[in-house]
Amino acid sequence: MSGSENAIELNGLTKSFPGVRAVDGLSFAVRRGEIFGLVGPDGAGKTTTMRMLAGVLAPDEGSATVAGFDLARDAERAKHRISYMPQRFGLYEELTVDENIRFYADLFGVPRREREERSAELLKAAGMAEFRSRLAGKLSGGMKQKLGLVCALIHTPEVMLLDEPTNGVDPVSRRDFWRILYTLLDQGVTILTTTAYLDEAERCHRVALLHEGRMLFCDTPANLKASLPGAVLSIVCADPRPVRDLLAGTEGISTVMIVGDGLHLVVRDPQRMIPELRSRIAAAGLSCDAIEQVAPSIEDLFVEAVQGDWGDNGHERDRGGER
Amino acid sequence: MNWNRLCAMARKEMIQIRRDARSIGIVIAMPIVMMFAFGYGVSFDTKHIPVYVYDQEKSQQSQDFLKRFQASVYFKVVKTVASYPELVRAIDTGDCQIGLVVPPDFSRKLRSGRKVSVQAIFDGTDSNSASLGMSYTEAVALAHSQQLQLEWLQARGQGAARLPLSVDARTWFNENLESMVTIVPGVVAMVMAVVGTFLTSLTVAREWERGTMEQLISTPVTPLEIMLGKLVPYVVIGLADTSLCAVMGVWWFGVPFRGEIWVFLLSTFLFLTVVLSLGYFFSVVAKTQLAASQISLIATFLPAFLLSGFVYPIDQMPPLVQGITHAVPARYYMAILRNVFLKGSSVVTMWQDFLGLAIFAALLGLAATRVFRKKLA
Repeated sequence: MSGSENAIELNGLTKSFPGVRAVDGLSFAVRRGEIFGLVGPDGAGKTTTMRMLAGVLAPDEGSATVAGFDLARDAERAKHRISYMPQRFGLYEELTVDENIRFYADLFGVPRREREERSAELLKAAGMAEFRSRLAGKLSGGMKQKLGLVCALIHTPEVMLLDEPTNGVDPVSRRDFWRILYTLLDQGVTILTTTAYLDEAERCHRVALLHEGRMLFCDTPANLKASLPGAVLSIVCADPRPVRDLLAGTEGISTVMIVGDGLHLVVRDPQRMIPELRSRIAAAGLSCDAIEQVAPSIEDLFVEAVQGDWGDNGHERDRGGER
Repeated sequence: MNWNRLCAMARKEMIQIRRDARSIGIVIAMPIVMMFAFGYGVSFDTKHIPVYVYDQEKSQQSQDFLKRFQASVYFKVVKTVASYPELVRAIDTGDCQIGLVVPPDFSRKLRSGRKVSVQAIFDGTDSNSASLGMSYTEAVALAHSQQLQLEWLQARGQGAARLPLSVDARTWFNENLESMVTIVPGVVAMVMAVVGTFLTSLTVAREWERGTMEQLISTPVTPLEIMLGKLVPYVVIGLADTSLCAVMGVWWFGVPFRGEIWVFLLSTFLFLTVVLSLGYFFSVVAKTQLAASQISLIATFLPAFLLSGFVYPIDQMPPLVQGITHAVPARYYMAILRNVFLKGSSVVTMWQDFLGLAIFAALLGLAATRVFRKKLA
């Protein structure tokens, strides 16, 4: 392996399918030992990117290096160092938990003793120790994903590629899952994950936001939040829909979105805006509770980037990237 | 190639077959059902052809003549009718395939030494049965005239008259000329052509459909290991299936097995290599189980049925079609099986068929190793 400090490098990676440019000149690098999140809506090109990096899909243009191997030349050698968990459950439902683990251990040439030690350890961490002889098809969704992770980790990979690994997984299993991922980071494994859960994106060292095959920006969650032009206001209200309709398109408000207990707004000048909002809502005969400034989440960033002024403004985007 | 990865693939495949009810059905039920269906369903023997009789005379002589038909296994006199239209209707409705009409002056003409014509009407819609029925009818009539002639000569005092010439016929390998004896070894070949291709046609397509392929191709496993790992279990199953069919052929259908087991197994192994590789090839190309199984049924069943010599003898086909049969691997296996079962032939005497089979095994096996790509789409 080369002395590069990057475990994954993408250089202008491009892939088109009939009628759509799924990944469009994507370039970024993931440092060794880092957990890096790819975030974006459906169709942003996350899965296509992961497939190309896993060596199971050939790019049209551009190049990529994973674990020191150029995928165009050495994809098969890279596969010894990578473990890839596709979005769709990829294990054999007719095989038991143990049989699946053994199959993947054998494919990666893991010796028997090591396999037994590691699988015991991983299954325990996943809370699945008592399900070893259960058929994989009979496991719950969360268990299936955790089994996928166990199989992917049985050979001690250098680079892990996880495509929405916790999609549809119950909160307890998600916690197990992340605990295992943090243990891996301690061991120096590099993790690239896509996620639909923005709270998970905030656990990553760095995130890249993808939209329509292009990268909108890439930075640490904290820097990204700091780079948001303006501030996020939270309006707590019982019935947010009419309030959203009232406020959408107002000068000085770039994004309005419904969240759990009300609305989030991205605004230019929060201090001036709060009293103005109160009076407008009251004037329209609607009601709301607290209006206050909150710390932006990745989700706020993302919606602002895709829908608001920021994403359309190249200058602002560049500035965000520098920080 | 890595031996451990190959074993892992084969072991995984075996577990999947064992736990999948549909695979078990194809492996065990399909050969047995097909053996019975073809063993009983396909018969080229024409026996018990239904006959209606319109005897216009009803004399002792005419009854003696008709009794010959009743005594023959080839005919079954179903009914005696009293009018011509009744006879015609029976042929129209298919109640009988032969209608015999004995003229009212049958015995009178015989006595006066004149020639008598008996009318026989054949239903020509099944030309095979009609032409066989015609020659059997002529044979019956000939035998009866010979007997009448002998009786006539004896009555004239020329006792101990003999027929000057006779053929002493012996049919080798199939003493009673039962079509079942030649059909059953052919059925074994048919069954394996269809079952073998069908088995593997599902195996790769299933991985694409269930989404397991994406994960599989992200591992270091090589295309060759995938192919061999998937085919080896089916070779074992295929050899067991063929042996099961052969045992059924011998014990149930009473077909002799005169050859050596290893010749049978060697030819079966070569043929399995052909059909399993073909099924694998279709499975890789089609990517869905439905499409792959349909293609493999069409691609194996029809040629194996029509062009292998199973139904129609190859040496009686037009030269062009005979040429085409050389591209049907089942043709070689069919010939080998018949010879092994009935004649007990050796590899040396059947070298041409073995060579043909080996060439196809090599070509298709090679094609199968090349077709799989470790990439999506």
